[in-house]
Amino acid sequence: MFEDFISQFWPSTIDGLALGAIYALVALGYTMVYGVLRLINFAHADIFMVGTFAALGTVQVLGVSDVGGAALIGVVALMAVVAAVISGGGAMLLELVAYRPLRKKGASRLAALISAIGASIFLQQLFATLLVPALFGTSKEGGRLPVDEHFVSRSNVIDAGPIEVSNDKLIIFVGAIVMMVALDQFVNRTRLGRGIRSTAQDPETAVLMGVNIDRVVSVTFLVGGAMAGVAAALYFLRFEQAWYFTGFLLGIKAFTAAVLGGIGNIRGALVGGFALGLFEMYGSSLFGSEWRDVVAFSVLILVLMFRPTGILGESLQQARA
Amino acid sequence: MMRVTGAVAMSAVLALGAVACGGDDGGSGGGGDSVTIGFMGDLTGENSGLVIPPKQGAQLAIDQYNAKNPKVKINFKTYDSQGKPEQASPLVQGAIKNDKIVALIGPAFSGESQATGPILEEAGVPSVSPSATDITLAQKGWKYWHRVVADDSVQSAGAAEFITGSLKAKKVFTVHDKQVYGKGLADAIAKAVQAKGVQTGTEGVDDKATDYSSTVNKIKQFNPDVVYYGGYYSVAGRLFKQLREAGYQGKVMSGDGSVATGLIDGAGEKNAQGALLSCGCNIDASGKSGKTAADFAAAYKQKYGTDVAIYSAEGYDAATALIKAVEAGKTDSKSINEYLKTVSFEGAGKQIKFAENGALATQDIFIYEVQGRAITLLGNSKEAKASS
Repeated sequence: MFEDFISQFWPSTIDGLALGAIYALVALGYTMVYGVLRLINFAHADIFMVGTFAALGTVQVLGVSDVGGAALIGVVALMAVVAAVISGGGAMLLELVAYRPLRKKGASRLAALISAIGASIFLQQLFATLLVPALFGTSKEGGRLPVDEHFVSRSNVIDAGPIEVSNDKLIIFVGAIVMMVALDQFVNRTRLGRGIRSTAQDPETAVLMGVNIDRVVSVTFLVGGAMAGVAAALYFLRFEQAWYFTGFLLGIKAFTAAVLGGIGNIRGALVGGFALGLFEMYGSSLFGSEWRDVVAFSVLILVLMFRPTGILGESLQQARA
Repeated sequence: MMRVTGAVAMSAVLALGAVACGGDDGGSGGGGDSVTIGFMGDLTGENSGLVIPPKQGAQLAIDQYNAKNPKVKINFKTYDSQGKPEQASPLVQGAIKNDKIVALIGPAFSGESQATGPILEEAGVPSVSPSATDITLAQKGWKYWHRVVADDSVQSAGAAEFITGSLKAKKVFTVHDKQVYGKGLADAIAKAVQAKGVQTGTEGVDDKATDYSSTVNKIKQFNPDVVYYGGYYSVAGRLFKQLREAGYQGKVMSGDGSVATGLIDGAGEKNAQGALLSCGCNIDASGKSGKTAADFAAAYKQKYGTDVAIYSAEGYDAATALIKAVEAGKTDSKSINEYLKTVSFEGAGKQIKFAENGALATQDIFIYEVQGRAITLLGNSKEAKASS
């Protein structure tokens, strides 16, 4: 048991960080929307799913196969931009259709939650039955759309004894960190970011101070969706899979990461994402992959017992200016 | 939470659909000029690639029969369980109550067979599954249950024989999806190869997950000659892809649940090359195993435009067994079930003769290999040789 843990320590760490980076990017969307609206946007997982299809579409249009090196970075960057635009736009549209009317009418948060679940199932089924067959022609059995031409040529870019990092994992890790730093700067340094923070802190006072709440909410969904889009592009780089149901499990994990780090806290989402990825991998190497989720969620419960607001705890409203 | 909601809503819709369809030809079953035979399995779900071929095989058999203008026509009705036990149970109840089916072909998978077995047993409706291979199904003492495929114990014995004999493996790692079928098969293979002195390791994975890197790390450390995956092709594809990309060099192998081109799509053509598959099914596109098989392969290709695929022969044979009963003038569930005990004929896949427990009297296992984009028959597990 411990021998396994020790001998698999480095591969587990690297895989855990690559997985955690994707969790963290998706968790950002949950945490930002929660910070501003106090709403768990369950359809966020499906915004991620939309992103994986956008990435698939990009690769198909480019018609690339077996790319590596600098060309791969270019393809990933393009995939990320396309997926971010489509996912971000999708998230904005989602807010407009599924949440804004409820908010205007002053419906309870529970109504918004049900609306979120409804939107989630709607998106899944829309892709499964209509969009995937229409856009990609060949819907394979069960709506899963595998990439027949796998486009990534994998090689180890870092190879130091037990530490082997392949190009795709390095791109995921670096890409995610860049996005997170950019988001942190956006929220803390720009005018719109200040609007988001002020709305999170006290919506009514923010309105009195001239903040356009509707605009802030739209921007929050746009940015959260774009992060999910980038996450989807990175996920697609690693697994080369797009499926209408991909969002479900990953969404739950990302939501968990957001809670683990402290929901409403942007840096918390990052910490939570990486922590969850590492816990899953270490847990599987210790007890076997069957216990992966058991270990991850046990850690979550333990953390919440001692720190009910998550690891970083502090929320978006108190984030330092 | 979302998934459960979806599943419940879905099954409600499907149940409604079944009820609505039932109105069209209600009372047509059980005697008179026509009887209704149902087909149940995963027709739209993730693993429908394993179920559509047997459905087409069964459809072909029934169309051929109806084309002969028989005294009693057979209506063919399909039920989409998506392979889920919780959807299959209400569908079976609806099929018996509303559509008055006299017999059922399916359910296709073991999990749903386990859930629906007691319902069929109580209603006294015979079932013939083309593809449910779980060992315990034959040990339940069900009197109305049959299958036309070898069970997992035969498959695991055959696969183990191939792994230790032809492949000469010393270390084998089994992976499964923690489901009735997958875990049963993987565990049985591990036990069978252990008996021959092979060192084994095992792990279970989540079939809804995409990331299998922790399992891949474990396998790389164990460094086996053969990795055997017990489960369905969608997970097998993802697992084999990640194994190959992580630099694993040994053989990869899986069972009947992975005999579908979806495996090659999921893993990528390059990663899937040389993947071995064991199956109780006989996929004989060139019809070399006999005249029935050749006629069937030709008729199938003419009707559907594709070569025969996994379990299409089994679907055809299951339907043929029931057709023979109807031809002999048995039009109610009970007498069809009695007739099935005596049935014996050369099917498109193999000799069809049921033992007392509803399984086949003689059972063979065949080994296949992925070559290019095709799944090629290597031969019976006793004599098959991997190409590389």
